[in-house]
Amino acid sequence: MKTASPFLEIGADAGPCVDVTFEGAPLRLTEGANLAAALLAAGVEVFRHTKTTGAPRAAFCMMGACFDCLVEIDGVVRQACMVEASQGLRINRPHEAEAHDDPA
Amino acid sequence: MIRRDLVIIGAGPAGMAAAVRAADLRLSVSILDEQLRAGGQIYRDVDRAAALRGDILGKDYAHGATLTAGLRRDAIDHLPGAVVWAIEEGFRISYSQDGQGAQIAASHVLLATGALERPMPLPGWTLPGVMTAGAGQILLKQSGVLARNAALVGSGPLLYLIAAQMIRAGTPPAAMVETQGRGDIISAMRHLGGALRGWPYLLKGMMMLAEITRARVPRFTGAQGVAIEGDTKAEAVTFTSAGRSRRIVCDTVFLHHGVVPNTQAARSLGVGHSWSRAQKCFVPAVDEWGQSDIPGVFIAGDGAGIGGAKAAEHAGGLAALKIAEELGRLDPSGCMEQATPLRAALTRERAPRAFLDTAYPPCAEALAPGDSTIVCRCEEITAGDIRRYASLGCLGPNQAKAFGRAGMGPCQGRFCGLTVSALLADANGRTPDETGHFRIRPPLKPVTLGELAAMDAVAQDEAT
Repeated sequence: MKTASPFLEIGADAGPCVDVTFEGAPLRLTEGANLAAALLAAGVEVFRHTKTTGAPRAAFCMMGACFDCLVEIDGVVRQACMVEASQGLRINRPHEAEAHDDPA
Repeated sequence: MIRRDLVIIGAGPAGMAAAVRAADLRLSVSILDEQLRAGGQIYRDVDRAAALRGDILGKDYAHGATLTAGLRRDAIDHLPGAVVWAIEEGFRISYSQDGQGAQIAASHVLLATGALERPMPLPGWTLPGVMTAGAGQILLKQSGVLARNAALVGSGPLLYLIAAQMIRAGTPPAAMVETQGRGDIISAMRHLGGALRGWPYLLKGMMMLAEITRARVPRFTGAQGVAIEGDTKAEAVTFTSAGRSRRIVCDTVFLHHGVVPNTQAARSLGVGHSWSRAQKCFVPAVDEWGQSDIPGVFIAGDGAGIGGAKAAEHAGGLAALKIAEELGRLDPSGCMEQATPLRAALTRERAPRAFLDTAYPPCAEALAPGDSTIVCRCEEITAGDIRRYASLGCLGPNQAKAFGRAGMGPCQGRFCGLTVSALLADANGRTPDETGHFRIRPPLKPVTLGELAAMDAVAQDEAT
């Protein structure tokens, strides 16, 4: 997944990593990294689908203003660009619980 | 509830400079900031990133560390990760921090909430892979994340800065698709005097352009008919330039055609705003000290009208002086004396602004998008929808909410407000001032019931 990313993370090897999941898929992210940036660097292209038309969206403003980077973290919908990566985060596309087989 | 002489919202250059100046004058100060580390967007995460990537980001960025250093003193209560969602008269400020709601009281409030990217609705701008140029810079500053194959689209000096930084980092952009034309530069020449007074900026601009030319990044100016192609993500930018149709294949598109004041907090307090013809946006009514038309509410920095980071720093200082004078901690002559050098510096900083605004005007197509282009990203309302509302008698953006849902999504109009007002004004043959803007009400940012419940528990503890 990492090699397919349109983004390059410089100095990515520095610092400890954390394990998270996105839509059930395991990802290793730099601990404390901005979550939206880390997801982009890890090759996540679609953060969510809109409620109105189902159109794909991803991070847009990176400063907490546009709300396009909304993801569901451990059941709470949050702006990925306002969250830091930490161990064990279970990240999903919001409002798609019925669309995938999350046992929770 | 904690009570301060001054509560500052936003820890960018204006907020940080104001906090330091106010603390010097023995005011009790809290500075609330959404971000976890001080700096604002311009100096985002400077304390960590300057050491790691200072060579790419440049000296102007590293300057931010002198401001963040000023916050590290006991007299300044810096609350990072504090998302303000209501400011009530009196003043009582409600915010969330670490999942807990909290309140703080203040006799004076300084809004230092900075700027937002001017919304740039073009066909395909909602696709994954399309971001603001500011977002591109934030990715690089805070996270060291670079787009491998990006097109930079729009106009303005920020595009040159981000291109130069990408070149230094070894990932030059695929192309620069610039919407300003030859006529804009010619119009700007009448402001050349100001540009020359602000010669350091002119020089920096020329050096960045030289860097871009040396790296052989293709530049297309006067671009028209700009659209982003892609099915589930951005795949290419198409446009015409110099009479030829072009298609630039890319994975990422960074959009920019200037920044505009973030007026959400000021509007929620009822501060008056009016249309600036020069900056093509609404600006709050403030005097030369940043004092708004509501006693005790000050606004400094880009939130009061775009002037840039250094201007924001000086404006923050001026606001702190006037607030200290109003609180009786500084006599009027002392206030004037300390203000004089700040005012002179502010005038210098503002000198090149008219030249820049004229040479790099907003992209005309994004100010009046085609009918099928989405303008409200949250609710997926198109420009055609807004024009249709106007044809049915809709005069203003608040009335438009009764026709559709533009401005009612989670971003609360931050990325469609100016476009909706402009489209309605144009369709109805009225001015932007007559048309007005979305009414902004708290909560300014979403707040969870859990955060509210936690706040209630604290309030009850205090009451008993």
